[in-house]
Amino acid sequence: MNAMTKTIAGDAAQAAPLLRVENLTKWYGHVVGCRDVSFEMRPGEVLGIVGESGSGKTTVLNCISGRLPPSAGIVEFDTSRFGLSDIYGLSEPDRRRMQREEWGFVHQNPRDGLRMRASGGANVAEPLMNLGGRHYGKMRSATLEWLERVELDTKRIDDKPRHFSGGMQQRIQVARNLIHGPRLVFMDEPTGGLDVSVQARLLDLLRELVRDLGLSVIIVTHDMAVARLMADRLMVMKGGFVVETGLTDQVLDDPQHPYSQLLVSSVLQI
Amino acid sequence: MTARPNEPERYYNYAYLDEQTKRMIRRAILKALAIPGYQAPFGSREMPVPYGWGTGGIQLTAAIIGPDDVYKCIDQGADDTTNAVSIRRFFAQVADVAVTEDTAEATIIQTRHRIPEQPLKAGQVLIFQVPQPEPLRGLEPRETETRAMHAYEEYGLQYVSLYESVATYGRIASTVGYPTMVGERYLMSPSPIPKFDNPKMGDNEAILLFGAGREKRIYAVPPHTSVRSLDFEDYPFETQTWEEDCALCGATDSYLDEVILDDTGARMFVCSDSNFCAERRAAGHEGPMAGHQLAALEKETA
Repeated sequence: MNAMTKTIAGDAAQAAPLLRVENLTKWYGHVVGCRDVSFEMRPGEVLGIVGESGSGKTTVLNCISGRLPPSAGIVEFDTSRFGLSDIYGLSEPDRRRMQREEWGFVHQNPRDGLRMRASGGANVAEPLMNLGGRHYGKMRSATLEWLERVELDTKRIDDKPRHFSGGMQQRIQVARNLIHGPRLVFMDEPTGGLDVSVQARLLDLLRELVRDLGLSVIIVTHDMAVARLMADRLMVMKGGFVVETGLTDQVLDDPQHPYSQLLVSSVLQI
Repeated sequence: MTARPNEPERYYNYAYLDEQTKRMIRRAILKALAIPGYQAPFGSREMPVPYGWGTGGIQLTAAIIGPDDVYKCIDQGADDTTNAVSIRRFFAQVADVAVTEDTAEATIIQTRHRIPEQPLKAGQVLIFQVPQPEPLRGLEPRETETRAMHAYEEYGLQYVSLYESVATYGRIASTVGYPTMVGERYLMSPSPIPKFDNPKMGDNEAILLFGAGREKRIYAVPPHTSVRSLDFEDYPFETQTWEEDCALCGATDSYLDEVILDDTGARMFVCSDSNFCAERRAAGHEGPMAGHQLAALEKETA
């Protein structure tokens, strides 16, 4: 796998890893969440985690995003203040600060990721305020710029999230998680629960933003089409284990593990 | 008539609360004074008034009051409102203290919604009744999360409410309970006082104590502590102003209440601080409606 990473990442192989996960294991009592997950990620990479429901995708995502302490294993992130360091070894205020400053997290359900009592504009501007923004005019114009970028009507900046459709809410969430220029963005089924045409537009938008901003993204999905469009590299999970890993096209066109083969062959063709 | 509290057959302990409870509250007060703006938890007791009527303030008063104190109680700035009169009589009875309406004379002032116009002096204690001590509660319902935010000084969220206000009204429109930063460390709700009174809290000579009975929190601003009202660089903090002067005493710099006089739209603006207004009138100041029947305040028959 190491050799493969090098060929995939190309020139990025020289760069230090942005994220390094080693033997990550999470037990829920006697139930296994994920077992011995190890990988490295370089800046600018988009990593997809695919698998059936209950395979441990979200457990892995929560563990590496600092939201769920793992039972064993190490999660290291290249923090701007401390260099490459174990995120669970940082003190809580330092970890929270790093999560605020350097990460974004797009939830599957926008209601989990947005403050439903605050307006859409305030939701988008909140990360700026969390990072010490105290100039209303500047934050307002940054918010308007981002609403345009995610193709929302800027006239509706002060509407509450509940007055937006599901797809629009998801776009507000995307803007909220990108406005502060994070170095790594976690996405948990960002297109789940949206109808197909809205999904396609959101994916298109995400792909553009990721390309333009050179973002590093870890995206969890059970949708092979999402994985194909977004990810450079794929990890296929089953029963808590990573069963196959490699370039997206390689995994999807020539799956080696029986489960990957099943997964790819079960995609509906029209 | 009930027995006087200090007679042998008295029904209550001095100042209503038992001594252990008062010690517990005093410990919380000391902790709150040691960490200005920090919400110290305390074991709030049931009081003979419902939550929301000032149980926190009454417990604070009961814990620090002594027979030598002079007690004043105001509600919305006025000494003669029902709630203020009841609480004042309560302490006159259970704590045997002298009561007054004179701000300068009082050693303990319990208040709801106002800080007296007359500057407080060293040795005075101002006790606020607080319905909701947590300024972040409106945006973050989880207590575990708001506690962490206070602990790690993560106060960006409070600016979201100001942002919303500017976005909606073109200015920071909130007028009461305006969030403040105490000693540049703890975010503090000033209780529902008008933002007109916020600047009075900074570098005050008196001790400011805040009690929230239902929420079981005590916090404090010790004398000469900085209290800064939050704002944006391009939308600085401003207090309310009025075009009118007080109709009775002509004061130009006090907080005014609007009083509707009849159903044809006649109205007047008068000082909300009744003691301040009365003293100015006694000193000969006159407003445009001086001599109005509202000015004829009767002395309370004790």
